[in-house]
Amino acid sequence: MEVIIRARPIAKGTGTGPLLVTDAALSFLSGVDPESGVVIEQGHPLEGRSIADTVLAFPFGKGSTVGSYVMYALQRNGNAPAAIINHEAEPIVAVGAIIAGIPMIDRPEIPFAELKSGTTATVDGTEGSLRMGA
Amino acid sequence: MHLDADDEKILNGDYGETRQRMMEILVALGKVFGAEKLVPIASAQVSGASYKTIGKWGLEWLRSLDARVAVPSVLNPIGMDREQWFEMGIDPSFAERQEEVLAAYRRLGIKLECTCTPYYITITGYGDHLAWSESSAVVYANSVIGARTNREGGPSALAAAIVGKTPFYGLHVVENREPQVSVMVEGCDAARGLRTDHFGAIGYLAGKEVGNRIPFFSGIRPNKDQLKSLGAAMAASGAVALFHVDKITPESRVFSFDPGSLETITIETKDVEEVFSSIEVDAVAVGCPHCSPAELERIAALLRGKTTTKPFFIFAARSVVRSNRETVDAIEKSGARVYEDTCMVVSPAMERYAAIMVDSGKALAYVPGMCGAAARIGTIEECVAEATS
Repeated sequence: MEVIIRARPIAKGTGTGPLLVTDAALSFLSGVDPESGVVIEQGHPLEGRSIADTVLAFPFGKGSTVGSYVMYALQRNGNAPAAIINHEAEPIVAVGAIIAGIPMIDRPEIPFAELKSGTTATVDGTEGSLRMGA
Repeated sequence: MHLDADDEKILNGDYGETRQRMMEILVALGKVFGAEKLVPIASAQVSGASYKTIGKWGLEWLRSLDARVAVPSVLNPIGMDREQWFEMGIDPSFAERQEEVLAAYRRLGIKLECTCTPYYITITGYGDHLAWSESSAVVYANSVIGARTNREGGPSALAAAIVGKTPFYGLHVVENREPQVSVMVEGCDAARGLRTDHFGAIGYLAGKEVGNRIPFFSGIRPNKDQLKSLGAAMAASGAVALFHVDKITPESRVFSFDPGSLETITIETKDVEEVFSSIEVDAVAVGCPHCSPAELERIAALLRGKTTTKPFFIFAARSVVRSNRETVDAIEKSGARVYEDTCMVVSPAMERYAAIMVDSGKALAYVPGMCGAAARIGTIEECVAEATS
């Protein structure tokens, strides 16, 4: 059964991939390696995991504003997530998603805890929706 | 968020892909911050000018843009003087990449002024909406001029510069500019010694207590340069973007409030004295934020007939240096060096010193972390004395 969940559109476009979910904030600058797409922040729940081609769900961004450019670097290197879901968007990730062309939504009308890593999901960052399951 | 017909056209791509992207950034930020509309701006100051900060990918992104700015726009300081980088000891390959970043900004129509004091360059008036980035410039524009700006990131300031508008939230909204905490400075009068007059030290202390709130000061009567020093220090040791000074700053009379209803922080002379130390230094640096013409004249007067005995750096905006050439020549006659485009906080050239004396509360806060050097604060007179002793 397919579920469609409404959300707020932040960066336009649609992207599909397996959900990669964390309840920890994420910094792209020094937290993600733009050459590999792997999370390198020590002690982060996603440490060692690649975010490339995933629908990456994390509560919100943190760290330096230079993180926006790291998201652009990920996209140019082919290591960007297919889409981003935030609980609450903040400027670094929102701006990064737009300059990198990564579809992004926030405030999905579903508790974050109900998003399960591995489930295939499609984010529509133009209209503002999340589709899961098939 | 409400967009007018022109905003909608930009968002639809009628004015090209770059402007469309920039409008998408402004709309997203408007959503994030709950802005009801966009507001036209008078000028922009864009951070992310240093290659060290934005790197290869930031440069590539800038090069991918194709539009011109809609309002007068300048940049943040960079890591080197654009002409005297070699004598500053900057690596030629770094200088080359830095010039590539500046060339990318020039193509967008941005004036290649790399300064934390854009208010000496672009005419900025009371009530003007701005999109400025550098923390000391933001706090000066809001507090001393009564203009209105949030502290923008690099891409958001650039988006505002290209569209000519910024989301209307935060400090653009008058109701959000009210004092939130009262700061009483005690014992601050000239008769009790110069140091109580030292607004860099007062700001350094106040910023730690105030955090990101809006303070209302009483007990001090700073001039414009002293207000600059006070605000820059609070923006560095805290995250202050606006402050008021009783009977001095333009908005201090705008808000009617009961000072008794606010938390009160008291700063005493002895607290200020404790900020000063007497550690040995191997260089002296002033101009954080960049010197005003009046500050350059004061330094020239203090240096008259003297010769420096240790490296003495003075930093100012390019056009301030160029329009005060005689004063600058008088300063440099002593052996001191005046540099443009950069400062002691952002230049890797300062990393070779073990301890640096500064006249700035902001530099006192940043030099240890950014240059890996110990920092000692003094008045400008003490800095000149140290550099020529």
